[in-house]
Amino acid sequence: MKLLRTAILSAAMVSAGAAYGQQTVKIGVLNDMAGTYADLAGPGSVIAARMAIEDLGDLTKGWKFEVVGADHQNKPDIGSNVVRQWIDVDKVDVIVDVPTSSVALAVNEIVKEKNKAFLVSGAAASDLTGPRCSPNTVHWTYDTWALANGTGNAIVKTGGDSWFFLTADYAFGHALERDTMAVVNKNGGKVVGSVRHPFPGQDFSSFLLQAQASKAKIIGLANAGADTTNAIKQAAEFGITQKGQNLAGLLVFLTDIHGLGLKTAQGLIFTEAWYWDMNDANRAFAKRFAAANRGVHPSMVHAGVYSSVQHYVKSVIALKSATDGKAVIDHMKANKTKDALFGEGEIRKDGRKIHPMYLFEVKKPEESKGPWDYYKLRATIPANEAFRPLADGKCPLVSG
Amino acid sequence: MEINLPALFGQLLIGLINGSFYALLSLGLAVIFGMLNIINFAHGAQYMMGAFVAYFLLQFAGLNYWWALIVAPVIVGGVGILIERSLLQWLYKLDHLYGLLLTFGLALIIQGLFRHQYGSSGLPYQIPPQLTGVRDLGFTFLPNYRAWVVVFSLVVCFGTWYMIEKTRLGAYLRAATENPTLVRAFGINVPRMITLTYGFGVALAALAGVMAAPIYAVNPTMGADIIIVVFAVVVIGGMGSIMGAIVTGFGLGVVEGLTKYFFPEASNTVIFVIMVIVLVTRPAGLFGRAA
Amino acid sequence: MAQAVEQITAPTEASSHKSEMIAFAIMVLVLAVLPAFVYPPFLMKALCFALFACAFNLLIGYVGLLSFGHALYFGWASYFAAHLAKVGKISIPYWAGSWQWVTITNSPMVPELAIFLAVMGAAVLGFVAGSIAIRRQGIYFAMITLALAQMMYFFALQAPFTGGEDGIQPVPRGYLFGLFNLANERVMYVFVMVVFLLGFLLIYRVIHSPFGEVLKAIRENEQRAISLGYKTDRYKLVAFTLSAAIAGLAGAVKPFVVQNASLTDVHWSMSGEVVLMTLLGGLGTIFGPVLGAFTIIAMQNYLAGFGQWVTIIQGGIFVLCVLLFRRGIIGEIANLLRIRL
Repeated sequence: MKLLRTAILSAAMVSAGAAYGQQTVKIGVLNDMAGTYADLAGPGSVIAARMAIEDLGDLTKGWKFEVVGADHQNKPDIGSNVVRQWIDVDKVDVIVDVPTSSVALAVNEIVKEKNKAFLVSGAAASDLTGPRCSPNTVHWTYDTWALANGTGNAIVKTGGDSWFFLTADYAFGHALERDTMAVVNKNGGKVVGSVRHPFPGQDFSSFLLQAQASKAKIIGLANAGADTTNAIKQAAEFGITQKGQNLAGLLVFLTDIHGLGLKTAQGLIFTEAWYWDMNDANRAFAKRFAAANRGVHPSMVHAGVYSSVQHYVKSVIALKSATDGKAVIDHMKANKTKDALFGEGEIRKDGRKIHPMYLFEVKKPEESKGPWDYYKLRATIPANEAFRPLADGKCPLVSG
Repeated sequence: MEINLPALFGQLLIGLINGSFYALLSLGLAVIFGMLNIINFAHGAQYMMGAFVAYFLLQFAGLNYWWALIVAPVIVGGVGILIERSLLQWLYKLDHLYGLLLTFGLALIIQGLFRHQYGSSGLPYQIPPQLTGVRDLGFTFLPNYRAWVVVFSLVVCFGTWYMIEKTRLGAYLRAATENPTLVRAFGINVPRMITLTYGFGVALAALAGVMAAPIYAVNPTMGADIIIVVFAVVVIGGMGSIMGAIVTGFGLGVVEGLTKYFFPEASNTVIFVIMVIVLVTRPAGLFGRAA
Repeated sequence: MAQAVEQITAPTEASSHKSEMIAFAIMVLVLAVLPAFVYPPFLMKALCFALFACAFNLLIGYVGLLSFGHALYFGWASYFAAHLAKVGKISIPYWAGSWQWVTITNSPMVPELAIFLAVMGAAVLGFVAGSIAIRRQGIYFAMITLALAQMMYFFALQAPFTGGEDGIQPVPRGYLFGLFNLANERVMYVFVMVVFLLGFLLIYRVIHSPFGEVLKAIRENEQRAISLGYKTDRYKLVAFTLSAAIAGLAGAVKPFVVQNASLTDVHWSMSGEVVLMTLLGGLGTIFGPVLGAFTIIAMQNYLAGFGQWVTIIQGGIFVLCVLLFRRGIIGEIANLLRIRL
């Protein structure tokens, strides 16, 4: 017993000493390090988090911000295991990124239970700021609602008024399809049909033939990752885009386009929150980032990690502590956000970060100046229209 | 649901294309099983390697698709021969299940290495310029490349069948399967024959991989799920006969194609359901010898 | 699978019982003190997998049947238990001119009932899958079990109640028998440990029962067992169902530990992992699967930072075990000490 007390005492002294000299905050970047989402998030997100702290310069004097990374392999059980252990054993204060909605939803619960902070960049589920919203979570970059809204809205307005959906047959695909259909219908468009394809699918040809037969102007791809790229590839093979139908990707990233090549992907329309070639600050960031990340340019997820970590660090320093996760998140919500990549913005009560979204079209090969020069801007969706209205989300934090 | 005849023909045709891959892969499995009594779980990984080698050849050696059709199966088949010599040959005296376990382990290693090196978002591989374009058949559009896949895999499948069932070499092979000791007594090098057979089966998988590269993304996990479907195909057909593997492969592709049209939700599971029905009614498989 | 096991059945019954008792006592002791040194949630997860591997071993080690689809029972039991504890809605379709659904219960269940029903569910699945799979032998058996599991994987992916990719989460821990608060980490650990030990002892009893002796006879020489008048198919089916039920028990406890049920547990790679655990620990040894499970889970946990290398190492272990250590760790030790473990 005496031994134990001595141990506790000395441990307390050590931590007090640390607080006196330098306070340590641990940032855990959890994502898919080798799987489908490794390029759009993956090790690049760790790099982005480190850059975010470096770029704050003197502000972090007297503090030590340590970035650790782990692979959740897109499995909720592995992800929640890592997070529990990070918080319980390794004393991690904030979890960042977490693509794959299933993992993000699991992490969301644990972080709330342990009162730490959670900055989502990679995950799409709009439930994170809806029914499953949490006082410990900020959803930074994008969500399914914003994608469906941006893409659906803009396309219908520019004449793409009849839709056929190619939907991955699982919860995520259904949600994406539902949200987009609602937007299409609301704007006066018409959904002429949809087909559910197995997930994961390899061969989309028979579904594409059905889409072709429907004569819809727009084929909406309510799927993600390899499913989307495969469908796009095969649509090109069947000459669908040459015959006047257009594809609309509902969840597409820069790295997907890179994998497809412009020849195949040209003309694809989709929504993103950030693109590296939009202004000088973004280009400067992309140049540094690519140099550190095997030449792979930053996706919107990486940019989101960068910005969210900066805003978090500022709040921690202002509060002089990272221990109470909810307090930090409250501080983040109470203060406007401002950083090099996303400019000025704010975080809503439900945890939703608000900024403009952009509708992009993939360039034709002859329009591109080289690798990673892929997008042209078709429309900007202003911040106040880009995300689901606060009242519609059914978030308990808003009503209660 | 009203039946739209042109669309139905379109789906049948597409089913035939998928069937080509099932047929090529189950043929390779059957050839290997016939000779080595091993279920080659690494078959999916070797299929994936075929696609990757095609990609490498284009990137690093400037060899196009047509070269890849020949060179990639040779390279991957060579790797197969190394695997057989270094690992598999020690297992022939043991329970067959050990062969399954070993090749499963190999599949994990191969897939892990490729994922580690190339991530899993997939690498692009273009359709050869001679085969781009779409043909309007009236009832459906058929990309030239897919037509080529069907024709070429039919040729390969029946070529293999002919070699094994109708030639002298094939006769040795079949005899060695039945009674290796006796065949050895005739002065034939049975171990070498086994090695080459494994290499050949693996090369078939790699060939399927090269053909798949322009259609599906070249991706480290492309073989992981298809191999399980092919297992079901093999159970349905019975591994006793080469022709059985070919016919079941194409047939099930067509059935799957029709399911995608009539009841897309079940297209992932239809082959497994057929497997259950076949097992209940004809346990030895459609073409199998009774166990 | 017979060869690996044959050589180590030499020791006499009495001495082997003694060595097994000692080993069992050591295992219980280790499990009791380990939480003081190792992160308990990790241990609980490992215990679930240890029981899962023991259930799998019952089939391969003692009946000689390689099931390559055991994730089916583990994963589906996990879904059942999670669903029953969180939502608790059970509906049954019936025919009245058109298909109608009647809801039997519609409120979250207590953990013990959820687990019990989940185990029953796994047993039914095992019975059905077993009846189909035992129609073929050897490699075919392995492929059929794999294909059936893959089929059920797709059902899990599409069925509404499983939550698809999101899985079922969070699963409430609740009160066991209305008394024990499972939200308390220590209570939870004791509960998982007790379940594991009960399952373990059940398997031990089965192996050493007359029924178990018949199973071993089937493993050694099925033809001879048939000629002795045993309806071997019936024995195999019972063993298969039992194994599925115990795998289901392991799976049913897991969602209470990790507080979610997900697709990972029904995927074919999970079926492969349980084979690996058992092979590494020692096929046909009683303690092998336990050690194997702890080793593999520890590896996944502590090497998580190495990404794909975990898969590569696992594949490597497969190859090494098959080529060099077919007895597995415990099998080699037992062989060295000339005892049975």
